[in-house]
Amino acid sequence: MIGMELVDYIAGLSQLELAPEEKRAVTAELERIVAYMDVLNRLDTRGVEPESQVFPIKNVLREDEVIPSQNREELLAGSSAGDPEAFLAPKAVE
Amino acid sequence: MILSELSALELGAAIKRGEVSVKEAVQAALDAVAARGGALNAFITVTGERALDRADKLQAGVKDAQSPLCGVPMALKDNICTKGVKTTCASKILGEFAPPYDATAAERLERAGAVSLGKLNMDEFAMGSTSETSFYGPVKNPWDLERAPGGSSGGAAAAVAAGMGWYAAGSDTGGSIRQPAAHCGVTGVKPTYGTVSRYGLIAHASSLDQIGPLCRDAADCAAVLDALMGRDPRDGTSLDGRYGNLLSGLTGDIRGMKIGLPGECFGEGPDGEVKAAVLRAAGVLKDRGAEIVELSFPVLEYAVPAYYIIACAEASSNLSRFDGVKYGWRAAEYDGLADLYRKTRTQGFGAEVKRRILLGTFVLSSGYYDAYYKKALQVKAVIKDAFDQAFRQCDLLLTPVTPSTAPRLGESLPDPLKMYLGDVYTVPVNLAGLPALSMPCGFDGKGLPIGAQLIAPRFGEGRLLNAAHAFQLDTDYHRRRPKGGEPA
Amino acid sequence: MTWETVIGLETHVELATRTKIFCGCTTEFGGAPNTHCCPVCTGMPGTLPVLNKRVLEFAVKAGLALNCSIARHSRFDRKNYFYPDLPKAYQISQLYLPIARSGAVSIHTDAGDRTIRIHELHMEEDAGKLVHDPRTGVTRCDYNRCGVPLIEIVTEPDFRAADQVIAYLEKLKETLQYLGVSDCKMQEGSLRCDVNLSVRPLGSAQLGTRTEMKNLSSFKAIARAVGYEAKRQIGLMEEGGRVVQETRRWDESKNVSCAMRSKEDARDYRYFPEPDIPPIELSEEYLEGLRSARPELAEEKRARYRADYGLPEYDCRMITSDKALAAFFEGLVALGTPPKQGANWIMGEVLGALSARGLEPKDMRLTPPALARLIALVGEGRLNRNTAVGVFEAVFDGDGDVDAYIKAHGLEQVSDGGLVREACARVLEANPRPVADCRGGREKAFGFLVGQAMRELKGRADPQAVRRALRELLG
Repeated sequence: MIGMELVDYIAGLSQLELAPEEKRAVTAELERIVAYMDVLNRLDTRGVEPESQVFPIKNVLREDEVIPSQNREELLAGSSAGDPEAFLAPKAVE
Repeated sequence: MILSELSALELGAAIKRGEVSVKEAVQAALDAVAARGGALNAFITVTGERALDRADKLQAGVKDAQSPLCGVPMALKDNICTKGVKTTCASKILGEFAPPYDATAAERLERAGAVSLGKLNMDEFAMGSTSETSFYGPVKNPWDLERAPGGSSGGAAAAVAAGMGWYAAGSDTGGSIRQPAAHCGVTGVKPTYGTVSRYGLIAHASSLDQIGPLCRDAADCAAVLDALMGRDPRDGTSLDGRYGNLLSGLTGDIRGMKIGLPGECFGEGPDGEVKAAVLRAAGVLKDRGAEIVELSFPVLEYAVPAYYIIACAEASSNLSRFDGVKYGWRAAEYDGLADLYRKTRTQGFGAEVKRRILLGTFVLSSGYYDAYYKKALQVKAVIKDAFDQAFRQCDLLLTPVTPSTAPRLGESLPDPLKMYLGDVYTVPVNLAGLPALSMPCGFDGKGLPIGAQLIAPRFGEGRLLNAAHAFQLDTDYHRRRPKGGEPA
Repeated sequence: MTWETVIGLETHVELATRTKIFCGCTTEFGGAPNTHCCPVCTGMPGTLPVLNKRVLEFAVKAGLALNCSIARHSRFDRKNYFYPDLPKAYQISQLYLPIARSGAVSIHTDAGDRTIRIHELHMEEDAGKLVHDPRTGVTRCDYNRCGVPLIEIVTEPDFRAADQVIAYLEKLKETLQYLGVSDCKMQEGSLRCDVNLSVRPLGSAQLGTRTEMKNLSSFKAIARAVGYEAKRQIGLMEEGGRVVQETRRWDESKNVSCAMRSKEDARDYRYFPEPDIPPIELSEEYLEGLRSARPELAEEKRARYRADYGLPEYDCRMITSDKALAAFFEGLVALGTPPKQGANWIMGEVLGALSARGLEPKDMRLTPPALARLIALVGEGRLNRNTAVGVFEAVFDGDGDVDAYIKAHGLEQVSDGGLVREACARVLEANPRPVADCRGGREKAFGFLVGQAMRELKGRADPQAVRRALRELLG
């Protein structure tokens, strides 16, 4: 079910590059893993709510109160571009 | 007094009594790191000077400290953010990343008087079951240097087992605390989802991740959890609760406690030696007055596929932010924005991480969401119900942690699916958000530790720790120390 | 063939909260790059979002005012895509269970009334600002805007012409401003609108292929863009071509739209429920609380002004064009100012003074009691209107103490009949010829004498009283 074309597509969505031989291997692996996951179809889940939260926790809210922002130098410290004011990326504006 | 033989609480008490200085304790741990750290590769970053400085600062206050762990050296898994100290997630892509803030868990432990020795090796982004996917090389099992310590908190388990710190904070998404604890012969707890803040834990799978302790015994785990647990306004999924009484609740009295053995966990799955050791543990608990009941957990086989779908889906999204723009490693050469993204991510992530990102992207992609992701969420709800059912018949569940003892290095990675299936006993717990504990319950013929898992209902940490404490009062598996990595 | 244009709108409105949607950073406009930021809104690894209570409240208020049904169970989802303005590489938004759905807004145009259905309203976070530096060929990312709370309001394709679109946007803007949930300033980007447009033969029930237009920064631009795009699509169809579904960017300087480069796979956003934010459950009490606290909206005020104060439609619209202005007006009326007089002062002097100073009504220092006092003094004949306008200008920017100003400048009208009479007698004595002309029946001469007397009294007399005194003295 998982072909090379699909792997190309999801690699594109994931912003990952796969060399041709790597792509073959990954396709085979994913094929096997996904085939195994199909075991889930044996379980009848009709009427079961697909909830991502396991516990009945809800409405966790913050007051609208300003907290001083962080020192810019610290936020930018990890940026490999080393600009004192902004994060830098290659041209991205259309 | 031989410091390496003490538990964290015993060391804390000795420090408080003035029999040991904080600096002596830190120096002893740093000596152990110097002697064995290289062979075990348990640390990615050692912050020796910081630790010694902190020892000096803490010393004056130890006598009046509230915390029983004040001055006790420990270490943090390298996915827990520490301000100004490299936090790499064992990945090339975060190689030089020093976070601009501290994780809540790190802050809380610091408040409890922890002295951090540094940051512990792990599977890259906590993805793996052997601690071999680290960009910084595999961690070795101190019981046998040819073997893996388990994962993903392998550095944490190996460090605690080998005396490089008295306890560690790890994280558990599908067994990442319990499984390495089992393979290294230490005690580890994955707390109830939401009881320990995830703020500052670099996310693997947000709905499953939980920080917890790896320690020498259950009592130490109780003390560390007392420090770690509590609602955090910075984590919207953290829960209100009555926290802080775990250590004082350890009586060792488990008379009348009902302990359930799910038949599915003792069938064809586990190795004979593992099965026998866990059943012997049931016997020890029975001898202390617990009642053993056999029951069924029929949906066990669905847990691993549901887990990997959910974990990979969330991971694919959580790891998208690593793109070379804001922090971390950036590919040296690229042509334009898309190329920067692709080259940075392709070269910055290891094979297992990429495999999971692709799998996660697939199950969320248009046309497959309902069949995989939505289905997995439904299965998750079914598994939670199955636990609810089980806990109507018993107070705790007892299972193996892993089907077999520590694997040889290099043996697991070629077959990822087989590796995933090894998580069968631990992942259902994360899907249901429950607390569970791994404790040493024997050794196999090769001298490798075997772990038993106890699972409790939500907020059942007290019960969990008390049962493990009772077990440890009558056994000494948790006191045995490995020699691996010691200078010849 | 006659063509029909079919339009739907997606409007992003920035909420007027103090802090961002998921962290405590300020939402203040501007600021040096990356100074309104923290680890959360810059997407640092390990950080987590916690929802701002007021964002939820504002979104629900907006949903109620747009006659939506509010979801009792709602949650956030992640929309995944890579772009440097989105530091987490996902936007926290709402796809599966938006906070509000199925609303309706009635609009009025020259062609009559029309109902625009609201498909949904959801909460989400704004992205950062990218500035391309042509000198270095690099894009600079400023994350001050990241995490600023937005609501996105999506209509059904219910518009048929540009004037309907503008009427809807004006109504939306007015409603949201009156609710206090947004200032809706297009020039600061706090109201942004994407236009989905298709054409079809008139009478056809099927929708044509639509394009989405972005970068519309003013109502004028929207009207022009709608006209341009409808014409372009009709042209294509009439030439036997077909419309391509695409995103187009409006170029305001050239008055044309052009297709944006977009990759097809970028559309697969892999939405899934945001695991870091627990769901939202709203109780009936919560909703009732917000319903009953809803302020009177502009339309309701206009109806009331017409009915209760008899104000003309034009006055009603002017006064309610701004919430602060309407509040000012109501302040005057509450202090006893006759409504029409109050309206005249607001539409004349107040708006004039504001526009001369480039101020917004909410920034005005003049208070309703000050203007009410001024209007009352004129009404009582103690100040003439021209003098009053002078006083108004003088107190507008200051502390607004009308009486103190009048006293300090000796401006109160001379109400002592004796003084007026004496002044008039002096004028008659000094102007024998006009007096003679006047007695001869020349009204123009009387006007001259009135002017002289007013001058003698430094303009501080009631002209009626002066006229009366002159007539008496002239016999």
